[in-house]
Amino acid sequence: MTKPKLIKEKRGTLLRLTKILFEHKIHLIIALVLMIGANTLALIGPKLSGQAIDAIGENIGQVNFSEVYKYCLLMIGVYVISSILSYTLSVSMIRLSQKITYKMRQSVFDHLLDLPVGYFNDTQIGELISRISYDIDTINTSLSNDLLQIITGSITVIGSLWMMITLSWQLTLVFVITVPISIAFARYKTTKIRPLFRNRSKKLGELNGFSEEMLSGQKTIKAYNQEEEILRRFDEKNKDAMQAYYEADYQGSMIGPSVNFVNNLSLSLVSVFGALLYLASSISLGNISSFVLYSRKFSGPINETANIMSELQSALAAAERVFKLLDEPIEIKDKESAINLENTKGNVTAEHVQFGYDVDKLIIHDLNFEALSGKTVAIVGPTGAGKTTIINLLMRFYDVNSGVICVDKHDVRNLTRKSLRKSYAMVLQDTWLFGGTIYENISYGSNNATYEQVIECAKAAHIHNYIEQLPQGYDTALNDDGVNISKGQKQLLTIARAMLADANMLILDEATSNVDSRTEMLIQNAMLKLMEGKTCFVIAHRLSTIQHADLILVLKDGDIIEQGNHESLLKKKGFYASLYNSQFEN
Amino acid sequence: MIICSIIGVWGNITANRMASKVAKDSSEKIRHDLFEKISYLSSKQVDRVTIPSLESRLTTDTYNVHRMIGMIQRMGVRAPILLLGGIIITFIMEPYLTLVLVATLPFITAIVYRKATKGIPLYTKVQTATDDMIRVVRENVAGIRVIKALSKVDYEKNRYDRINRKLVDKEKQAGIAMAVTNPLMNLFLNLGLTGVILAGAYRVNMGLSETGKIIAFMTYFTLISNAMMSISRIFVEISKGIASADRIGEILNIPADLIVLDEKEFKREEGSIIFDHVSFSYNGVKNNLENINFRIDKGQTLGILGATGCGKTTILQLLLRFYDVKEGSIRINGKDIRSMNNKELRKLFGIVMQNDFLYADSIKENIRFGRDLSDEQINQAIKVAQAEEFISNLEKGTDHILTSRGTNISGGQKQRILLSRAFAANPEILILDDSSSALDYKTDANLRKAIKECFKDTTTIIVAQRISSIMHADRILVLEEGKIIGDGTHDELIKNCELYKMIESTQMGGAFVD
Repeated sequence: MTKPKLIKEKRGTLLRLTKILFEHKIHLIIALVLMIGANTLALIGPKLSGQAIDAIGENIGQVNFSEVYKYCLLMIGVYVISSILSYTLSVSMIRLSQKITYKMRQSVFDHLLDLPVGYFNDTQIGELISRISYDIDTINTSLSNDLLQIITGSITVIGSLWMMITLSWQLTLVFVITVPISIAFARYKTTKIRPLFRNRSKKLGELNGFSEEMLSGQKTIKAYNQEEEILRRFDEKNKDAMQAYYEADYQGSMIGPSVNFVNNLSLSLVSVFGALLYLASSISLGNISSFVLYSRKFSGPINETANIMSELQSALAAAERVFKLLDEPIEIKDKESAINLENTKGNVTAEHVQFGYDVDKLIIHDLNFEALSGKTVAIVGPTGAGKTTIINLLMRFYDVNSGVICVDKHDVRNLTRKSLRKSYAMVLQDTWLFGGTIYENISYGSNNATYEQVIECAKAAHIHNYIEQLPQGYDTALNDDGVNISKGQKQLLTIARAMLADANMLILDEATSNVDSRTEMLIQNAMLKLMEGKTCFVIAHRLSTIQHADLILVLKDGDIIEQGNHESLLKKKGFYASLYNSQFEN
Repeated sequence: MIICSIIGVWGNITANRMASKVAKDSSEKIRHDLFEKISYLSSKQVDRVTIPSLESRLTTDTYNVHRMIGMIQRMGVRAPILLLGGIIITFIMEPYLTLVLVATLPFITAIVYRKATKGIPLYTKVQTATDDMIRVVRENVAGIRVIKALSKVDYEKNRYDRINRKLVDKEKQAGIAMAVTNPLMNLFLNLGLTGVILAGAYRVNMGLSETGKIIAFMTYFTLISNAMMSISRIFVEISKGIASADRIGEILNIPADLIVLDEKEFKREEGSIIFDHVSFSYNGVKNNLENINFRIDKGQTLGILGATGCGKTTILQLLLRFYDVKEGSIRINGKDIRSMNNKELRKLFGIVMQNDFLYADSIKENIRFGRDLSDEQINQAIKVAQAEEFISNLEKGTDHILTSRGTNISGGQKQRILLSRAFAANPEILILDDSSSALDYKTDANLRKAIKECFKDTTTIIVAQRISSIMHADRILVLEEGKIIGDGTHDELIKNCELYKMIESTQMGGAFVD
């Protein structure tokens, strides 16, 4: 990336963060008022203490006690109120930052679900999790702590400066002479550490991506005795991430002490001049004391701000990553004029469809077929021939490069995705269940299904007995990754799910690949009933399951090389016939 | 004074650098230890903690601890020194005034202590809520196709929303509980200061002190107060860090199970696998396997067939000692597997599991899988696994980079890469758990032929749905609900096992419809 672009991006990120903040204007204004209140009071404190000291005077037995009491009481009052205000302030800042965090997490997640499925093919889950947890947390910490500190800091600085000027403008002049040096140094450092923080977020993301992947593959790793090797690779990533963390951390932490140093220089100057002024009787002892207190107050936030600068940088780097995800283009929105597919008859046609996941690498060259309402279309072919790709196109997970797919004579691109997908029921090879109960998993996809309906479908899918054996029956929650439930049982649950769905078209992508033959036989009637009257697309390797299809599409390398029904294809003695016969060889 | 400052700043920077380094090194070590520990947890233990929770401990918890270590060093060391130094100096200057100030310290300590101890369980709750969030994100990414297909995007967004809200609530609770510390501390300190002024006034009045001293005292007081403020700031980090450290400790303290037993005397039987009256249960209530008995010898093939959920995969998991048997014993080469260390045991196997694991790297590295294998061995394995053709059609051949979970190749291609992995190291025992279900018949047949030729002396266990995959096995077990109901060769089973016969008739040339 070129430099101007980087700067622009930085501004953009800041701007977007600010925009998000300003969505909570009222909250911010309240916070600001509280802040000004708390800090002004805190600033009055030293002034009062100075006055109290002046009231003490310098001579034995001549202390003006009533004045001292007055000022002390005032001090107590001021400090109590200031504490209450600052507590209220931090509570309201916490509320604000949590509000923003909530919103950010939600919008990242919402956006994820709106992305095209292709995005997830080459993205590591752990990397996404890292963004949604670590990066957003970093922003959150920064918003709730740093922002508060910066604003309080600036108020304190301005206030202290004002107080110092009123106490002695000469001393103030001496004091601020070094301020530009501090600012210049802090600025220089900040630009230098920015890429370090960016790298730190990235490396942590990689580490998390790797960890997640390896945790998922634990059993295989164990089976192959690869614990040590994986640990070694983990260590590499861990080391990288920690090194990146360290560099950013260390470089960031240099700002504070350096600025502090410059400040100390100022203070020594102030002592010298202060003494001179006292000797010249143009300042009282109490005022010098107050002045020193203020100058301390003045440098405190500057030190803090310098420290916070690095935190802020890490927040910006994190925000960049979050925004980048939010900027990923989502699935093309439904057209304005898109219509809802209703009362689907289920006539599906494909005409001259071309498609490739990469634009320059076509997988499907010229796909043509016509599936009539209520008919069964089987898609057959060797692995990698493009069967699943066709399903992806039917469901409109992807749009065709050219040509057209129609349902009931509507180009699918003119339909709302929701209504199109709702008109299909599907059982996929990759069975997916989530952490809810069995009941929720089966009724997933059909709203308002009653318990009875769910049980009926489970019975038809021959999974009811298994469910009944579970400790809480249909209310048993499936643990993560469905511990203790076999792949075949998962598939039966998804079959029950499809049975429950009220759809006029059906996609069976290796629907029974993990179900044993006996169970398959038992659910056969139910499957037939499921398919009855629906336009069905069936992918199966078992030729026995597809020979009764009305139309068989024989796919090879993305092209339909033969189509027809079982008999006609056998007669043809082509690719299909040889596939069919191969199962009787041996 | 300037020289002091320069030394001071140099010292400070060096201290920060060292603090960062210590934080880095120690959290690197903690994360290493944690990952190592997780790698050696037994499957039962992993099931209990769950993967999302392990993941969040490995990432966010270690991160919290990292921050805590950094903070403690940077402020936790410096601040107490400043505090103590400040108190000592003021004490030397004006012991009585100092006592007034010090009188507030017990209150402050009490507040901080109380808040910190109260904060820890609150932050533990935050982390538990984080586990849930990670769980939902994982689930959604894994199931994105199904979610979209069923138009459940909005439903999932709502589900996440609930968890997000819960997490934010917990964070808020913890944050607000801690927020009271700082202002209260400030208040007490300032009350102390007021006390100092009052006491000072009396002392000056009695001629025991001078105003100048009080002024100097006040300057040091700011030092003390700033130090206290820093301490209060790190207490949030500390409560958070301790909560996370506890969660990490929980994992590190899980006692090792799958203990290696001592079995000195046993009859060595080269190449044999024996299941001797094995029973097993996942949840300790209902048996998932009951009284499993079988034996196979070197070079033989065992086929396992049975209904979904009947315990086929469980047998394999026991053989690899992911879990320990409840009753009975499993012997390999005559030796109880509980008396071998896991490394020694698992070295024997080449295995393909259901839902197996591919990661973002080249095909070659996925097959090599960290082992010391030559390219030649890998290529040979690819040949046997019938993967040569499709790999050679890829632009980069074996250097083709797979995506995480192998999402950029088809199901059948995945299986063949996994098979290559299992074959590559010429294992003594080959275990194939439904590893050719996505292959077409022809490829499957070729695969079987190749295995037979190349792995003559290898003991093989095949779990399959298709009879054709196992019909040539030397012995076939038919399982139902965790029990063996058929045992013999294909020909024997056809004669005397109803279930087997039925499956056979449906598969061999049988029809889909009755």
